[in-house]
Amino acid sequence: MTESEISIRVSGVTKTFGEGASAFHALSDVSVDIRKNEFFTLLGPSGCGKTTLLRLIAGFDHPTSGRIELDGEDISQLAPFQRPVNTVFQSYALFPHMTVAQNIGFGLEMLDRPKAEVAATVAQMLSLVRMEALADRRTDQISGGQQQRVALARALAPHPKVLLLDEPLSALDYKLRKDMQIELKRLQSETGITFVFVTHDQEEALTMSDRIAVMNQGTILQIGSPREIYDRPEQRFVADFIGDSNFLEAELLTGGASGRLRLGSGHEIEASVPEGMTAPRRVSVSIRPEHAALTSGAEDAALTGTLKEIVYFGTDTHYHVALGSGGSFIVRRQNSRGVTETLEPGAAVGISLGPRSVQVLRD
Amino acid sequence: MSERASFDIRRMPGFVAIALATFLVLYAPIVTLVIYSFNAGMSVALWEGFSWRWYEAAMHNQQIQDAAVRSVIVASFASVFATVLATMAALGTTRVRPFRGQTTIYALINQPLMVPEIVTGVALLIVFATVKQATGYSGLGYLILAHTAFCIPFAYLPIRARLEGLDRSLETAAADLYATPWRAFRRVTLPLMMPGIVAGAMLAFVISLDDVVITEFVKSAGQDTLPTYMLGQLRRAVTPEINAISTVLLFISVAIVSAFFVLNRKKA
Repeated sequence: MTESEISIRVSGVTKTFGEGASAFHALSDVSVDIRKNEFFTLLGPSGCGKTTLLRLIAGFDHPTSGRIELDGEDISQLAPFQRPVNTVFQSYALFPHMTVAQNIGFGLEMLDRPKAEVAATVAQMLSLVRMEALADRRTDQISGGQQQRVALARALAPHPKVLLLDEPLSALDYKLRKDMQIELKRLQSETGITFVFVTHDQEEALTMSDRIAVMNQGTILQIGSPREIYDRPEQRFVADFIGDSNFLEAELLTGGASGRLRLGSGHEIEASVPEGMTAPRRVSVSIRPEHAALTSGAEDAALTGTLKEIVYFGTDTHYHVALGSGGSFIVRRQNSRGVTETLEPGAAVGISLGPRSVQVLRD
Repeated sequence: MSERASFDIRRMPGFVAIALATFLVLYAPIVTLVIYSFNAGMSVALWEGFSWRWYEAAMHNQQIQDAAVRSVIVASFASVFATVLATMAALGTTRVRPFRGQTTIYALINQPLMVPEIVTGVALLIVFATVKQATGYSGLGYLILAHTAFCIPFAYLPIRARLEGLDRSLETAAADLYATPWRAFRRVTLPLMMPGIVAGAMLAFVISLDDVVITEFVKSAGQDTLPTYMLGQLRRAVTPEINAISTVLLFISVAIVSAFFVLNRKKA
């Protein structure tokens, strides 16, 4: 990534609330580069610091230390109204004493743009979010989904360099949320604005993002594309928070991008290893349930055990296996019609692992 | 019917009787006063037929006219000044981080609600007497100043209630959308707190219009307001003219206070 491709650079940012013994470290030495025109997601459980980071970028709070750059310029100490960055709030925060159109035009008006330009942009934004018919409504006379779209249009109207979205879909019901996910992706590609999206919903993060930063306890654990985050989680928290995972203890024999690994069963297998990890050493590994398969014989199996339980989920079936080497393991198999279940609890089974299914964790 | 789940005061013996007696004591005298303001005779206790004569008499009474105008002038100035100060006080006590001595500040702002009016009246009499002697000024300024002071808490309370109910994220959103702190205040905070401000001003106006004790102590010679004029009249002959003025005052107050409740009921 070259300098000119970077929209937001967060370097060494720490944010502490309170002082002395009661001080709370909301962010500890966080650094991240967000590219131009990228859909970037901050993903993590509540209290992980994702909203704090968003508020620092917006300017509602200032970092205790470290700096935040926008297009190479330090904006850490600028007030919110001095930053070409707009926010879509979780509560929408629409102005109740203004109409839909007045809400959308507010930012441009504050920038002292000519009236004609404001009117033209408002009309354009209304059509972008398909709200033309409701332009003169008051904001308490429209539905939650419509309020959401007005909040989006209001934040996009001044054409900010970066749009910040603070869990904007959390108040919507499931169906509407699905629609809005598609809508957001469309708006992002149509406007070409960098989106920084905060969510605790892993599915939302995986389906919408170009890249995801997984956060916990005030730090960023891993940054990568949805596929990298899901397939190559480098830490136990990441593997656990996103999707389901089996965790095993193993012996790393050789390092490098794809190292060799000896499992508890004695089976040796190729595994992807985080950068810079040296061998030999004891490690934890993560294996996604759908990256493993059951075999009837034990010959070419990486792991062996006894089938404990079969749980039918409609789209797929989960097989709970008690491993011979200790611990338990879940295998997920996609269901299809015409295939009858031949296995029964109590059966001795083998588990085969694909060539790139084992990920070594840093912790 | 199921068993009653909770205590219900309406089931207590004597509830209806006590309620009726209370309403009777509260409203019967007022109703009587209003009725006798239309008495054709001279008495405030002996009905002699319906007439508007006392309203006409009051309207043509130069002293009453002067007192009424004075009352409205004092109440207008005092309520405007008190509302401006109360708005500033409300902003200063809600739109800042909690600070040491905040409770003391609340208590100081609401002082007129706690200090007996007679004490304030005497204190102002002494202070203003000195000022009058020193400056030679003896206009309505003293009354306006005194009324402003005791009207502040009445204006402050509804404004502060309104501000506390206001979603702070709206101000954050305005700042996010390039509004400087002053413009965010002008375009978002002020319009949204307006119902509270108007309600506060109305309450202050009524309180000022109604005041007797402090006015009695502070006014200079020939500065009777409507209530102090009435008090003066009662010391001499009581005619239904007093009833007529009272009735007019009553309706003005009821109208303003009703408007206050309607405004306050509007949700934030």
